[in-house]
Amino acid sequence: MNAWFSVFTALVAVIALVLLAMLGVETIGLKSIFGVIIPYVAFVIFFVGVAYRIIGWAKVPVPFRIPTTGGQGKSLPWIKASYTDAPWTTLGVILRMALEVLLFRSLFRNTKAEVREGPRITYASAQWLWLAGILFHYSFLTIILRHARFFFENVPSFVEMLSSVDGFFQILVPTLFLSDLAFLAAVTYLFLRRVVLPQMRYISLPADYFPLFLIGGIGISGVLMRQVWKVDLLKVKELTMGWFTFHPVVPEGLGTIFYVHVFLVSCLLAYIPFSKIMHMGGVFLSPTRNLANVNRSERYVNPWNYPVKVHTYDEYEDEFREKMKEAGIPVDKE
Amino acid sequence: MELDKLPKPEEMQIDLTPPESGWMDTPVNMRDGTYSYPAAAKNLKILDMPNPREWSVTADDWKLPQNWQEIILEGFKERLEKYRSFKLFMDICVRCGACADKCHFFIGSGDPKNMPVLRAELLRSVYRKNFSTLGRMLGRFSGSRELTLPVLKEWFYYFFQCTECRRCSVYCPYGIDTAEVTMIGRELLNLVGLNINWVIEPVANCFRTGNHLGIPPHGLIDMWEFMVDDIEDITGIKVDLPVNKKGAEILFVTPSGDYFADPGTYTCMGYLMLFHELGLDYTWSTYASEGGNFGLFTSHEMIKRLNAKIYAEAKRLGVKWIIGGECGHMWRVMHQYMETMNGPADFLEEPVSPITGTKFENSKQTKMVHITEFTSDLIRNGKLKLDPSRNDRFRVTYHDSCNPARAAGLMEEPRYVLRNVVNNFFEMPENSIREHTYCCGGGAGLGNDENLDMRMRGGFPRANAVRHVRDKHDVNRLICMCAIDRATLTALMHYWAPDVEVGGIHELLANALIMEGEHERKLDLRGEPFSGEEEDEDV
Repeated sequence: MNAWFSVFTALVAVIALVLLAMLGVETIGLKSIFGVIIPYVAFVIFFVGVAYRIIGWAKVPVPFRIPTTGGQGKSLPWIKASYTDAPWTTLGVILRMALEVLLFRSLFRNTKAEVREGPRITYASAQWLWLAGILFHYSFLTIILRHARFFFENVPSFVEMLSSVDGFFQILVPTLFLSDLAFLAAVTYLFLRRVVLPQMRYISLPADYFPLFLIGGIGISGVLMRQVWKVDLLKVKELTMGWFTFHPVVPEGLGTIFYVHVFLVSCLLAYIPFSKIMHMGGVFLSPTRNLANVNRSERYVNPWNYPVKVHTYDEYEDEFREKMKEAGIPVDKE
Repeated sequence: MELDKLPKPEEMQIDLTPPESGWMDTPVNMRDGTYSYPAAAKNLKILDMPNPREWSVTADDWKLPQNWQEIILEGFKERLEKYRSFKLFMDICVRCGACADKCHFFIGSGDPKNMPVLRAELLRSVYRKNFSTLGRMLGRFSGSRELTLPVLKEWFYYFFQCTECRRCSVYCPYGIDTAEVTMIGRELLNLVGLNINWVIEPVANCFRTGNHLGIPPHGLIDMWEFMVDDIEDITGIKVDLPVNKKGAEILFVTPSGDYFADPGTYTCMGYLMLFHELGLDYTWSTYASEGGNFGLFTSHEMIKRLNAKIYAEAKRLGVKWIIGGECGHMWRVMHQYMETMNGPADFLEEPVSPITGTKFENSKQTKMVHITEFTSDLIRNGKLKLDPSRNDRFRVTYHDSCNPARAAGLMEEPRYVLRNVVNNFFEMPENSIREHTYCCGGGAGLGNDENLDMRMRGGFPRANAVRHVRDKHDVNRLICMCAIDRATLTALMHYWAPDVEVGGIHELLANALIMEGEHERKLDLRGEPFSGEEEDEDV
């Protein structure tokens, strides 16, 4: 598939979603569909779908203990072993997973190899992807947490605090959140590296661009709603609190941009269980990371281990007995 | 193919830029020198494997069973239900590309389907088509495609162009391990009779004769006795050669490559000398005469079928525990599969060194100790008399074999031994050693001659690092802990870094080992004079 075709189809798909929301709300006036029904459906698909996928993975057995050892394993007491890269205790495994999930430890190892004249290979450190990944995920998390103010009658104090730190620099009015900036910058970087680097362009599928555009669209619509076409936050909260009390009322006067934002979020939620975004659940189950390197010191059972056809010593000796005797090798049967 | 038929190293064309046409629209090109020959029918028959026949990789008709698609998809489904690793790795890749330039085959060939991500996508595209609702609905937009003959040919080409070295899995943020993907990919290919002879013949040999090379018991005796004679010439000592000895304390198992060809034989002589010097109560086995396991490159079932011999022989001989020699993929099997597949070995005892009394706690379940764990413990406890100056002629670097490093975490033990037996030891650059180590380019059954072009390309990142220390530190000896390495690195060095020789750890150890009652030693195990002595005579 042509790379630009992948970008194009994904972009068209997201633009179509935006237009769909605008059309549905502005022209046809389906505010309760876009404000209530679609978000509900999306939530259900998200929760049921994610649970289904994770349970689906968890039900598949792990027949062998196959950790990737990223450092010296535990052997003789005087040899320093790597507690988190080749863990031999449960705590070590938990720390390894924590480093992986919270700090993207493996991605931090990234280097860039280039083949030059000679030929010879040169290496450069390449932590930009790691940095963009960290920025993307943590700013996304911050933004989600900030949204908690729409879901609690009394805004939790940590959310207040987070918001004030996030808006510390007080650029523009209302304050532009740092997380919004970081988020949009990271999404842009992740998109650009996919189209600019030839290898990345080659491996990318529409399924790689689509979530980026969708998430980018969510970010942009969110910022627009805050900075440009301002919406009445009290009305937004009226709706969101309605969702949670199962008495949703769609208030009058919410701008179309709000519905676009909510629709894109709904699409993302419904899309997650079917997509690569499930990596967030999968990383916890990865057998090369979540098992201890205690292969030779502790038993590991394969639940479907079955007997196989082997060539026994007796069969072997039957074939070679005379030669073995001639060569002076002891045999079991004379 | 021979080395002199390849372009000169400096003329080797490598371009990492992908072609214009998308990967799904670029058919596989079976270029001479980059694929391996099919398995001979006789070998498949010995193993009761499906579809034995004579066929050719470059022919249009691969003589597949009529319902080959059905067989493969059925096998695919079965494995999705048996291996969480496989299912997860089909599902969670985000194609971030961190793995792309980590594969030695990609760096050496520039073929984009050698990026680990695309290698796995070869299977994922079929997975989406057949096992994912959204994938079926969206067709090519979701990156899915039908399992057709060209796709199958791609699988064959690229799953036998991966050495299961796990380097990509170190860098993957989700720990996706291409070795798992390739292993399952090869299992699926095996279901319809697509395999390579350089894997299946050793497997068939090992099944019947106990070792990959098909050496019968009396042949083994000849080889070992030859080594015993050589050792006597060099040291004046006739070392013990216990074979199939019941009631010995320890069973010793090493890859058969060490019996057969230089430079592996020198390492094997090293074991014989070390064990003799210690007075170790041990035995070789002709039935379990193979530490390696090419089953690993065939299927999980085949690993188990071949590996079963190790514990069976330990039980028959009544030994207490097992020592394993210098081998790479062997240690993937012994460390990560053996005990689960063929254990528990409750008829053995927890390994204790009879010389130092050290308990090998890390091996208390499998009862199998790595030779460098055993030897480094000896050195640490001062049980060996060593004269490292005998190795002064060598300026040494160490190549971590993929599996001991990334599947077992054996990195420091070999270095400890080396530092005690040589005076000139230099590490290669950090991103090419330990967990970052590069494959020799010929692991996982790809070390054959017909595949030589791809081997030299796949081994290029390793050779590049060796050339670096050669130019910087005059390194002239590349040490490794793997029988496949000793065979393939020799050719690799010949091509990329001609003045670097390849050898094993216990070869250098035995050079340095001062044995009780030895005559004045002038020659190393290769029959060449120790450093300095030659010059002394000249003066």
